[in-house]
Amino acid sequence: MNIHEYQGKEILRKYGVAVPNGKVAYTVDEAVDAAKELGSSVSVVKAQIHAGGRGKAGGVKVAKGLDEVRTYADEILGKTLVTHQTGPEGKEVKRLLIEEGCDIQKEYYIGVVLDRATSRVTMMGSEEGGTEIEEVAAETPEKIFKEEIDPVVGLTAFQARRLAFNMNIPKDYLSKAVKFMLGLYTVFVEKDCSIAEINPLVTTGDGEVLALDAKLNFDDNALFRQKDIQAYRDLDEEDEKEIEASKYDLSYVALDGNIGCMVNGAGLAMSTMDIIKHSGGEPANFLDVGGGATAEKVTEAFKIILSDASVKGIFVNIFGGIMKCDVIAEGVVEATKQVGLELPLVVRLEGTNVDLGKKILAESGLNITAAESMADGAEKIVSFVK
Amino acid sequence: MSVYINQDTKVIVQGITGSTALFHTKQMLEYGTKIVGGVTPKKGGTEVEGIPVFDTVKDAVDQTGATASVIYVPAPFAADAILEAVDAELDLAICITEHIPVMDMVKVKRYMEGKKTRLVGPNCPGVITPEECKIGIMPGYIHKKGHIGVVSRSGTLTYEAVHQLSENGFGQSTAVGIGGDPVNGTDFIDVLKAFNEDPETEAVMMIGEIGGTAEEEAAQWVKENMTKPVVGFIGGVTAPPGKRMGHAGAIISGGKGTADEKIKVMNNCGIEVAETPAVMGETLIGVLKEKGIHDKCKTH
Repeated sequence: MNIHEYQGKEILRKYGVAVPNGKVAYTVDEAVDAAKELGSSVSVVKAQIHAGGRGKAGGVKVAKGLDEVRTYADEILGKTLVTHQTGPEGKEVKRLLIEEGCDIQKEYYIGVVLDRATSRVTMMGSEEGGTEIEEVAAETPEKIFKEEIDPVVGLTAFQARRLAFNMNIPKDYLSKAVKFMLGLYTVFVEKDCSIAEINPLVTTGDGEVLALDAKLNFDDNALFRQKDIQAYRDLDEEDEKEIEASKYDLSYVALDGNIGCMVNGAGLAMSTMDIIKHSGGEPANFLDVGGGATAEKVTEAFKIILSDASVKGIFVNIFGGIMKCDVIAEGVVEATKQVGLELPLVVRLEGTNVDLGKKILAESGLNITAAESMADGAEKIVSFVK
Repeated sequence: MSVYINQDTKVIVQGITGSTALFHTKQMLEYGTKIVGGVTPKKGGTEVEGIPVFDTVKDAVDQTGATASVIYVPAPFAADAILEAVDAELDLAICITEHIPVMDMVKVKRYMEGKKTRLVGPNCPGVITPEECKIGIMPGYIHKKGHIGVVSRSGTLTYEAVHQLSENGFGQSTAVGIGGDPVNGTDFIDVLKAFNEDPETEAVMMIGEIGGTAEEEAAQWVKENMTKPVVGFIGGVTAPPGKRMGHAGAIISGGKGTADEKIKVMNNCGIEVAETPAVMGETLIGVLKEKGIHDKCKTH
C-alpha cells in the first residue's frame, strides 16, 4: 500500500526522524492558513499524489510570502500532474503539503528495502541525493553504499556511522545522521514497510539532518496488524476497479487492452496476458481469482471485468488445483445471469473437477466458446475481438 | 529415487482442522501419502479422518516419527508454525500459506540459519513425487511418474507445465513449487542441485516469473554446474513496471526483474526458454531430442 508524503512524514516524526514542519491543506485558504501558522519566511507548496517526479511536472513550488502561497496553491490544486510514474492520463491534485522552507547545505539519498538475495533488510545511502537513484546506480554504482541488517540486533550504531562516513556526511552532522538512520530502520520494521525512501535527505545551515521527501510503501500482507496505516489509504489515488476487486480479495490490475481475463493463480494470470499479446491481442487486465474463490467471488470478478467499457471479449483460463472448476463455472453462469453478457466469452477449464465444470457450462445454455488449451483459447478470443 | 520426498515419507499436517487443510489432507491420503498426524493447538487427543491430532509439533514428531510437515496455518500465525517445525527438527517443512508478512519471513530465515530443516515455500503448491507422495494442493491426477524434474515459482503455471509433459508422454521425477514470495525457504539453485544429483532425473523444467534476480542467479549456476539439460519459462513478459502481479514477489521495480532480462541471461547460460506458456512441454521435448535422451525420458 502506498501513502502520501505528508502521511509518511507524520509517521517519521512519531519515531523521532527529523522532518520539516508542515501541514496538509485541501483548499487554497487552508494552504494560506497553514503557511501563516508555520510562520517561516519561505514555504514550499507540494502536490500530494501517489507518484514521484512531482517537481519536474510543476507540482512543487517555493513561495516567498503568503501571496505566493495563495498563487501556487491555486495553481496546483485541481491540476492534473503527468509524471513518469502517473502514466499519460496523469493524476489530479486534491491535497497539498505546506512546509517551511529550509537552508539546504547538501542533498543525500537514503533508502531501506528488502534485499531478496540475502533475505535481509538493507539500508542504502549515497551522497548523490535529489536525483533518481536508478540513474546513480547505473552511472556511478560506486557511490551507493549498503548495510545489510541482521534482524536479531537491527541496524547497529556502528553500521549507521559507517554509512554516514561513506556518504561523506560532515562530522558535525554525524550524531543527527545516525539518529535519523536508526529511527528510519525502526519505522521500516515496526510499520511493515516494503520501501522507505528518503530522497533527498538534507543537511541544513542550522545543523539539522532532515527528510525533505518521504516515500513509504507498506506490505499489503501485514496491513491486518497496522490499523493506523490502513487509515491512511486514499481511495482517490486508486483505480476504481482495483478498489472493488480488493473488497473481494481478488488480485486485479487494470491494463490498456480490450480482452478481459479471469485466471486462477498469479503466474498463470501473467502468462495468460503474455499469450494474448503473443496471439496479437491486448489484455485489459490482470485478474487472479486466487485459490479459495467462491462462486460469489467469481461473480464479482466477472462484474468488475464487465464494468471496464473497453473490454470487447473475455477469456477465462482456469487450471484447478486448490480452486475447483465447478465453482468457477457456477460463478460464470451466475454472473452472466445477473449482468447479462453480450460479449464473446471463451472458457478454458482444466484440473480439479474439470468434467463437472464443463457440464455446468454446457447445460447453462449460454453462448460460451470452449477452448482446449490456453493457446487455443487465446487465439479464439483474439479472433473474436478483431 | 526422487527429490525431497518418496513413498516412505511420513508427514504431519499443521493446522489440520481448518477446512482447506482437511480437504487437502483427504486428497493427499487418497493419493497414497503417508499422513501420520496433525497439529492444532488445544485439539490434541482428538482425531480427524482417522488421523491423531496433537497440540504441538514436538508431540506429533515424537509419537509418529514424522520427518516432514505441511503447513496450512493462516497467515498471521504461519511464521510461528514454520518456527515450530524447525524447532522440532523436521527434515522438511512445506508451507502452503500465502500472504505471510515479509518481515515475519525475514525473521524465520534468520532463525533457520544452521538448523537442519529445509523449508519449501511459503505461498507454494507443495512438492509431489508422482505415484509415491503428494504434499500440498496440486491436482494429483495430472502427474505421471518419470524423469523430468520441475521447479517453479508459480502454482498454476506448474500444473500447466506438468499437464503438457504428461499429455505428451513425459512423466516427472519430482515437481517442486518454491513459491511466489520475495523471501522463501528453498530457492531454484537448491532444487536444481538436488535434481542434478538425483539419478532418476534426466532433464529439468524451470519456471520463473518477473521480480527479483533468482532466475538469473540460477541460470549462472546451471551454466557452471548442471550436467543435465534445463528448459525454462518466464511469466510476465507483458507485465507493466511498478505493478505487483498478484505474488508479492512479482514486481518489476527500479528497472530490475524484467522478463526480457531474465530470458536473455538464461539463454546466455545455455537454457532454452519457451516462447509462450503453451509450448513449455514442446520446447522441452525438442531439447530432449537434441540431447538424444528423448526415448529415455518417454514414459508412457
